[in-house]
Amino acid sequence: MLSGILIFNQKGENLIFRAFRSDCRPRLADIFRIQVISNPQVRSPILTLGSTTFSHVKHENIYLVAVTKSNANAALVFEFLYRLIVLGRSYFGKFDEEAVKNNFVLIYELLDEILDFGYPQNTETDTLKMYITTEGVKSAIANSPTDSSRITMQATGALSWRRSDIKYRKNEAFVDVIEDVNLLMSATGTVLRADVNGQIVMRAYLSGTPECKFGLNDRLLLDNGESSGGNGSRGGFSGAAGKATRAAAGSVTLEDCQFHQCVKLGRFDSDRIISFVPPDGEFELMRYRATENVNLPFKVHPIVREIGTTKVEYSVAIKANYSAKLFATNVIVRIPTPLNTASTTERTSQGRAKYEPEHNNIVWKIPRFSGQSEFVLNAEATLTSMTHQKAWSRPPLSLSFSILMFTSSGLLVRYLKVFEKSNYSSVKWVRYMTRAGSYEIRF
Amino acid sequence: MAMNKIRGAFAVPRKGETFELRAGLVSQYAYERKESIQKTIMAMTLGKDVSALFPDVLKNIATSDLEQKKLVYLYLMNYAKSHPDLCILAVNTFVQDSEDPNPLIRALAIRTMGCIRVEKMVDYMEEPLRKTLRDESPYVRKTAAICVAKLFDLNAGMCLENGFLEMLQEMIGDPNPMVVANSVTALSEIHHTAPETKALQVTPNTLRKMLMALNECTEWGRVTILSTLAEYRTADVKESEHICERVAPQFQHANPSVVLAAVKTVFLHMKYVGPELAKTYLKKMAPPLVTLVSSAPEVQYVALRNIDLLLQKQPDILNKELRVFFCKYNDPPYVKFQKLEIMVRIANDRNVDQLLAELKEYALEVDMDFVRRAVRAIGQVAIKIESASEKCVNTLLDLINMKVNYVVQEAIVVIKDIFRKYPGYEGIIPTLCKCIDELEEPNARAALIWIVGEYAEKISNAGDILGSFVDGFNEEFAQTQLQILTAVVKLFLKRPDKAQGLVQRVLQAATAENDNPDVRDRAYIYWRLLSNTSDQNATKNIVLSEKPPIVTTISSLPPTLLEQLLQELSTLSSVYHKPPEQFVGQGRFGADAVQRAAIEEQIQNARENPLAAAAAAAAVSGSTPPAQAQNNVENLLDIDFDGGAPASAHTEPSGQMSGLEGLAGTPVRVQSPAVGAPAPQGSNNLDDLLGVFGDSGAAKPSAGPSNGGGTSDLMNGFSGLDLSGNASPAPAPPANNQPKKASEDILDLL
Repeated sequence: MLSGILIFNQKGENLIFRAFRSDCRPRLADIFRIQVISNPQVRSPILTLGSTTFSHVKHENIYLVAVTKSNANAALVFEFLYRLIVLGRSYFGKFDEEAVKNNFVLIYELLDEILDFGYPQNTETDTLKMYITTEGVKSAIANSPTDSSRITMQATGALSWRRSDIKYRKNEAFVDVIEDVNLLMSATGTVLRADVNGQIVMRAYLSGTPECKFGLNDRLLLDNGESSGGNGSRGGFSGAAGKATRAAAGSVTLEDCQFHQCVKLGRFDSDRIISFVPPDGEFELMRYRATENVNLPFKVHPIVREIGTTKVEYSVAIKANYSAKLFATNVIVRIPTPLNTASTTERTSQGRAKYEPEHNNIVWKIPRFSGQSEFVLNAEATLTSMTHQKAWSRPPLSLSFSILMFTSSGLLVRYLKVFEKSNYSSVKWVRYMTRAGSYEIRF
Repeated sequence: MAMNKIRGAFAVPRKGETFELRAGLVSQYAYERKESIQKTIMAMTLGKDVSALFPDVLKNIATSDLEQKKLVYLYLMNYAKSHPDLCILAVNTFVQDSEDPNPLIRALAIRTMGCIRVEKMVDYMEEPLRKTLRDESPYVRKTAAICVAKLFDLNAGMCLENGFLEMLQEMIGDPNPMVVANSVTALSEIHHTAPETKALQVTPNTLRKMLMALNECTEWGRVTILSTLAEYRTADVKESEHICERVAPQFQHANPSVVLAAVKTVFLHMKYVGPELAKTYLKKMAPPLVTLVSSAPEVQYVALRNIDLLLQKQPDILNKELRVFFCKYNDPPYVKFQKLEIMVRIANDRNVDQLLAELKEYALEVDMDFVRRAVRAIGQVAIKIESASEKCVNTLLDLINMKVNYVVQEAIVVIKDIFRKYPGYEGIIPTLCKCIDELEEPNARAALIWIVGEYAEKISNAGDILGSFVDGFNEEFAQTQLQILTAVVKLFLKRPDKAQGLVQRVLQAATAENDNPDVRDRAYIYWRLLSNTSDQNATKNIVLSEKPPIVTTISSLPPTLLEQLLQELSTLSSVYHKPPEQFVGQGRFGADAVQRAAIEEQIQNARENPLAAAAAAAAVSGSTPPAQAQNNVENLLDIDFDGGAPASAHTEPSGQMSGLEGLAGTPVRVQSPAVGAPAPQGSNNLDDLLGVFGDSGAAKPSAGPSNGGGTSDLMNGFSGLDLSGNASPAPAPPANNQPKKASEDILDLL
């Protein structure tokens, strides 16, 4: 598998060089530097030279490189590099050149633990943090044999993500439903593509080894329940009401779901029940995708006119489609301007607009956007003349925002049940949020 | 005295970094020693040679500080090779550590021992390894399992003698899922490097255990187990069904590599289950495949390349999912290119409108390469879906009217292909002819000239257009020259009165003033044909013969290669769409070995089938005028099987002419498949072997059919040409000396 992991900064200095196999020689670092970092032509993340393959990922200001010699599993290699980034971020806050330089000993230690002979081992942050610790927290526990045998049991066991002896005075679970809504709208206002990438993040502070069951308004599940005669726990719906009621109650078709490794996939596959023993603390329980009946929170209506070769006129209207009780925060509209823009003037009915020459954008910020309201921006960009007239490619206008207590897909958490031997009662909290994924409008 | 002096010369310097580090390493204070070790490791990373400090670092190995121990071990692994003798000093500590009450230390010791690749170390490894394989802690066991693979790599004989393989095989039944996963990993590695050991034999019993561990082990372990399951040949349908049933839930895993591994396993075992069941699995794998498209760009790229393969085998699985493949403005180019190819593959008459609108949008972007591909995609869609051809042509005309130079050029090349499939679009020719001044690239010029020649009877000013090209004949590229030549002859045959002078001028220019043998040859052939008075129609039959319409311009892999690549899903091989032998060597001489194997195959091919080889060589030398600089060997290594218009697919007009057809036919083949890449970057196969496809994202798709599949393509090339070679008795005489020459050239290469 992997022959080595290398980390470079942007200048091409080798910050970390960890060989896992004898075929990963130090000079490979030079080859990568010459062939990839200092080669502006590179357009692919994979480079094979001779029998050596470099797979690289760029993060912040560092390159993370995996060296392989065989016909390696490319998906695994990249996924592993991304996992390394996740690990680095959770250990150092930010995984950049400075963090790598300051913590190189720890990084070597981590690499030693998560890869053996080039095969990825346990990469769960929480488990690793128990025995690989930063300077601040001394690795005292790892030095005592009893503790470490407990740790190692956990690091390899069937519940590798959870310690067994967790105790909380107050048992709580927080569920965050976070949706990224993606939109691609054509210049004529038709929706080319609208979908939702959702994730459900859970923070579990539960004692013992709790078994959780999680229910959503998933259409397949509800339909299943109906066909099997329904079970008592959902007495709220009467069987006779049939599908109409369910539709009114708002069920959601999930195109695809992906779960944290703690979820019993077999059970989901057979009867669509999400059941799991959660890790302690925060984790991503599931990710899902929905494409039907996507509620678009904002409707944008841009009018852009190029007047001759010296001026572009903008009129962008944006309307909030959600209930008036809700409001969006940090709404940012990025309106592209031609590359040869000299200056701009903007007028807005709400918020502030500013020209950002380095990104060729007019950035319009609206800190608070209440539901059903509509705002307009009028702007004008003056262009400098160019010797070589090149058509402006008109990149799409993009939006970013976040709205609390709103889901674009209409997803709802119906229940979260916690079963534990000691039968304690627990408090559960649910929060919904919708953000902009890639929310693009062509004009 | 003298001795002292000499010793002095070799003594270590008393200042500098090494000196300071050494002083720190032997300091009486623990914290100073640790700090120095850290600095040493830092220097090591920066590429400085700190191996001189080996003995001093080694002194710090016996410590209770776990962190320090790890650092010393790291140093040891790096420099063990340069100080094999001193390593033995560390053995004691290793053996001691492997019996430490702390499992973390036991595991660390056995893990590091395996990484110290010194022959002498091997003798001391046996006992600790045996003990740790039976350790009570699963953490130690799983580490020891991998260590067996390390030992095998170092000294296979000893590994076998001591029965470590058997122990490992037993460990597949371990109660701990991670131990199972690592044992499978180690066994599968051993099995692949040395198949004769039969290390990993899946039996019903081990199968059951692996399936059990699958649901419990770490994500990476799942990938290993799934890959092993994918390689396993089931005994009966029941077993295949069982595997599919147990693996399918893994489609829902959060880790894309697990999802791909599960897709691979189910896809390969699906063949054996009933068609109904197979269909449900195909349906089930579509949503997770789509989800992969929203992962990180690099992972996405791997997924897209794999989806491309899957679609070639099962074209319908993602029928309804066109929209997810729409390019985002910020997608990296390698992702965009791949998305384009996939969109064309899943295009059908229901989604074609949507697709065309989107492709048109892309054609207005600024990235030239991307725009060209988008235009090309429009052409591919037109040829794929008959009902949409008119819309495609209109879209292309819209694009031509925008007057962006490179768009116009690409559009003309594409429209030429559309003409080759559908009649009835002659009405747009005047629009095309208006752009004549914008065409700079030989490809586009050649395409337009071909159109003019083909429809000469319908273009009133065809003579004037061609006349202007004939005037500048000798400034054109060979590719364009060949087209001018053919077009003028066609015009002459269709309207003899108008082109009498023109044809004489062009033949004169091509034979007397031109250095290119291909152009000259073709001109001579035409000249002879035209001066043949015995049979008036012979020339017409040859030059104006009915050409078979093209079927598709979407490049596909040959079926055998596709089957092979489907076995390799999610690996590098599936990303490159090349079999692993082509880019993975074994050991140090890997690349050479591959090269040698390839050449041997050529020689053997040439020996077994001299006629075909000769025909191939002839076809190639005739068909790649732009690449004439290359020598024959490279050509031979580079023969491609052009899906668009295989030479063998030409229908032979009549028995009498079949001899000439080979000659007249080959040039036709050059002009027509302008689909083929404009001089592919990696045209030299030897370079290819050494990895020119570095720029794979950009190079691959454009190279498309021409350097698509290396060896197996080559085989196809041979077999394809074989047909035409056999069918035509005429080229037989030259065939006798050709193969010799070809193989000689190959030998030269060695």
